[in-house]
Amino acid sequence: MVLKVKVDRERCQGHARCNALAPELFALDAFGNAHEIGDGRVPAGLEDKAFLAKANCPELAVEVIEGEGS
Amino acid sequence: MRERPPVTDWAADFDHLDPRWVEDPYPIWQELRDKCPVAHTERYMGVYFPTRYDDVRAVAYDTEHFSSRRIVVRENPPPRIPAPPITSDPPRHRADKSLLLPAFTPDAIKRHEPRARAICADLIERFAAKGGCDAAVDYAQEIPVRLVAHMLGLPEEEGDRFRKWIYEILVAGITEPAVMMRAIEETSAYFATEIEKRKRTPGDDIISYLAAARIDGEPLAPEHIIGSLRLLLVAGIDTTWSAIGSCFWHLARHPEDRRRLAAEPELIPTAVEEFLRAYAPVTMAREVVKATTINGCAFKEKQMVLLSFPAANRDPAMFPDPDRVVIDRAENRHAAFGLGIHRCIGSNLARMEITVALQEWLKRIPEFQLAPNAKVTWSEGTVRGPRKLPVVFG
Repeated sequence: MVLKVKVDRERCQGHARCNALAPELFALDAFGNAHEIGDGRVPAGLEDKAFLAKANCPELAVEVIEGEGS
Repeated sequence: MRERPPVTDWAADFDHLDPRWVEDPYPIWQELRDKCPVAHTERYMGVYFPTRYDDVRAVAYDTEHFSSRRIVVRENPPPRIPAPPITSDPPRHRADKSLLLPAFTPDAIKRHEPRARAICADLIERFAAKGGCDAAVDYAQEIPVRLVAHMLGLPEEEGDRFRKWIYEILVAGITEPAVMMRAIEETSAYFATEIEKRKRTPGDDIISYLAAARIDGEPLAPEHIIGSLRLLLVAGIDTTWSAIGSCFWHLARHPEDRRRLAAEPELIPTAVEEFLRAYAPVTMAREVVKATTINGCAFKEKQMVLLSFPAANRDPAMFPDPDRVVIDRAENRHAAFGLGIHRCIGSNLARMEITVALQEWLKRIPEFQLAPNAKVTWSEGTVRGPRKLPVVFG
């Protein structure tokens, strides 16, 4: 099972909760809006942080996608 | 100022300045949520009041029908006074906000953290040995006023003047337009002088930044800069003062939470989010510019909407056990800083200030409680927070 995070850039309003709770997974641009780091793949051990970020985004902009893969 | 009769029907004739609402609005809102989730009043020239999270979100997201050109519910509203970007609508809003955003990212705000910490330590030093203080007057209100002055490159001693203007614009001005207009004129003149100074001798501050800024290659009109500066002053001070005050109001009455935060300071940022949820200070407003329907309720043109993020944050459909403060609440999509394009630009600043205020205080004064017979008073209107909060230490 591979987890990936993704920020919907249209929904994101820069509350920056994801970056505060999971800086390993989310970065902010010069305006403070969020994006996933790299391809969004969640390294082992950071799964809880991925779901925590999702659970604290007021704009429902953070997705956690569960998929098969290497 | 007109006398407003006491409220007997919160669903059809509410008044957000009624003393019962000011003292403890939460039971009123819960009653409305159960029986009339969008209340209305003919007072203040007609205002709707959605109490559910989903409806607050729907209004906040719908910039086609709900304009930000008026963001405070007032009697006899004066002419519109732009304070970009909070009073801007799309498509103009994006440029107005993008101009300011880089100065308020978490990284940009981190630069001001040492100053915030020094301000808090300095304030605590003044009352630590006295056995007690007014946590609202002597601590909460002083932190944002000094830090905002610092960020604008203004003397930190100007606090009294800033607070007077804020009171006149946000509180007295609700019912007395002349008082508000005088404050607008005074702040305009004050900032115009400061802008001229920074044009001659720029510094590393937000006034200098705006004085040199351009949108689409054009410098900003003086009224734009003044409007934005007035916004930073008005929105950056009594909001955070209220949020900090509410944290201390809670901790003074909940020793178990206080002791846990003193023992586990790493929990403070999570607790801050919960305090922001439960005691969200800011209620915005919108003007209905095109009639529409939300959740079966008709919104008529030209009426106002009280956009209560504090009410949204107490909706049991969104937050289990919403009236209980759970300082380690894991799932917390609270709306204290708004929802949608008008997300509070100072949210990262406010979070830093509140966190630092708690950390510094709890390090020095882990034990405190409300003073015996303390009379706690609350502000009314757009921003809710304690204005008198006497506490004793130990």
